[in-house]
Amino acid sequence: MTTRSKARKAARRQAALKKTAFNRAGRRRAAPLLPPGDAQDATLSFVVGVLCFLACLAVIAALGADRAAQGWRGQLAGSATVIVRPKGDETADAAAARAAETLAGVKGVVEAAALEPAKARALLKPWVGDDTVLDDLPIPRLVTVDLDPHAPATADAMSRALTGAGVDASVDDHSLWLKDVIRAGVLARAAAVAAAALLACAAAAVIAFATGAGLAAQRDLVSVLHMAGAQDRYIAGLFQARFAALAALAGLFGALGAGALAAGVRLLGGGEGLTPALPLAWSDLAVLPACPLIAALVALLAARATARRLLKRMA
Amino acid sequence: MRFSGVGLRYGRAPEVLSDLTFDLAPGSFHFLAGPSGAGKTSLLRMMQLDLPPTRGLIHLFGRDTSRLKRGDRPFVRRRIGAVLHDRRLLDHLDAFDNVALPLRLAGRKVADYAADVTELLAWVGLSDRVGAYPAALSSGEQQRLAIARAVVARPDLILADEPTGDVDHEMAVRILRLFVELNRLGATVLIASHDQELIARSGKPVLRIDAGRLLLEPAP
Repeated sequence: MTTRSKARKAARRQAALKKTAFNRAGRRRAAPLLPPGDAQDATLSFVVGVLCFLACLAVIAALGADRAAQGWRGQLAGSATVIVRPKGDETADAAAARAAETLAGVKGVVEAAALEPAKARALLKPWVGDDTVLDDLPIPRLVTVDLDPHAPATADAMSRALTGAGVDASVDDHSLWLKDVIRAGVLARAAAVAAAALLACAAAAVIAFATGAGLAAQRDLVSVLHMAGAQDRYIAGLFQARFAALAALAGLFGALGAGALAAGVRLLGGGEGLTPALPLAWSDLAVLPACPLIAALVALLAARATARRLLKRMA
Repeated sequence: MRFSGVGLRYGRAPEVLSDLTFDLAPGSFHFLAGPSGAGKTSLLRMMQLDLPPTRGLIHLFGRDTSRLKRGDRPFVRRRIGAVLHDRRLLDHLDAFDNVALPLRLAGRKVADYAADVTELLAWVGLSDRVGAYPAALSSGEQQRLAIARAVVARPDLILADEPTGDVDHEMAVRILRLFVELNRLGATVLIASHDQELIARSGKPVLRIDAGRLLLEPAP
């Protein structure tokens, strides 16, 4: 860099500093004790912004996964399937009709209906394939049962009723699937929370590193402040305020980015979002305003702890 | 201020200062003299709590500095105004904000101290340089700025290391008058200087460091 361009740069910098020394009314105000940020601040903002973006996506994904799990759980818990085996001379249709009639009278059952053979074949077709194979298979007759969502009938109660009516049948209340769905929902939520926590830790580590670098770069300033009677907490406060503001801004941009992506997915995917496995709702975006606040808090705590520790060591 | 058997060495080198024992009474005015490298700056740094002695005790404002808690040091330092040889001005603050620094750290608002700072800048001949940054000031102007910062909070103890080294004779006399005035208002003043003429004209006692020892030369 030439001497001339250096001088121009210094003049521009001083003009910018001068502007901060006065408010709009032209009255003097105390200039910031930390020098204005440099290119490293922009890099730090970018990194924190990306971390916030990813954290927001993780939380939105967790909300979607949770909503999907709730939906599946509601569907599975609100219904049961009964496999009916005809006895003696009774036809399969008659046995299924009798089972449906019996189940309809059980407390906690809203509706019970025998599944038509064609529908049962349609259910099996994706697994078995060719219609000719299905013709050779002994397809069981099924009864679908809709349960009262507030007080659903138990599998035991339905089995007892069927046995009492002399129907040979097995009741599947989907409890096996339900457990898996609940577990999957819990795991998805835990994974998202862990991812968000990990990203917050990464942001804290980045801020701590930047604070250390900032203190090292401003060693002379810190020494002057100490000699002039500044307390450690005052000096730490300068750094925590700077990094909290930086993280809040980066968090805002990260949240806006994540919000735009989520909104795009929601718009493209219609009512269920991009996929039924991850149904997004507009209300999910309500979590995003918390991102800049949490980012600022994490940065504040990380900068404060690092600055206090390093200032002790510097002294 | 009381020094009792204070010694100072850097690393394993021989002691720079040995067995310093003296009192500086509140409201006193002394010069500190001695050849270059005698330890004048080291002595001032110890007084400013910037450098701990290797041995001996230093009492400042009636408190043993070796027993001062970390949290108490800033409050003791606020009672000391120091002009160091390297000035240590903050490049990103203009003359006004550099001078106002001790007042800001003491919790005062800009509206409260603006008039005092402006007046002091005028006293040291920088009334037209209020908004200038240290890089734009001459060596002498920087020196005067550092002096203004050291005295702006009316400290109880003023330590100055060659405060008139980079200014012309007229300004040196003016700065000395400022220190005398502050001393008259109750501040204890200790000025390290090579300027024998200035010392002689001031009529103040001299603490002379010679071969690591301190000798008191009473006022003529």
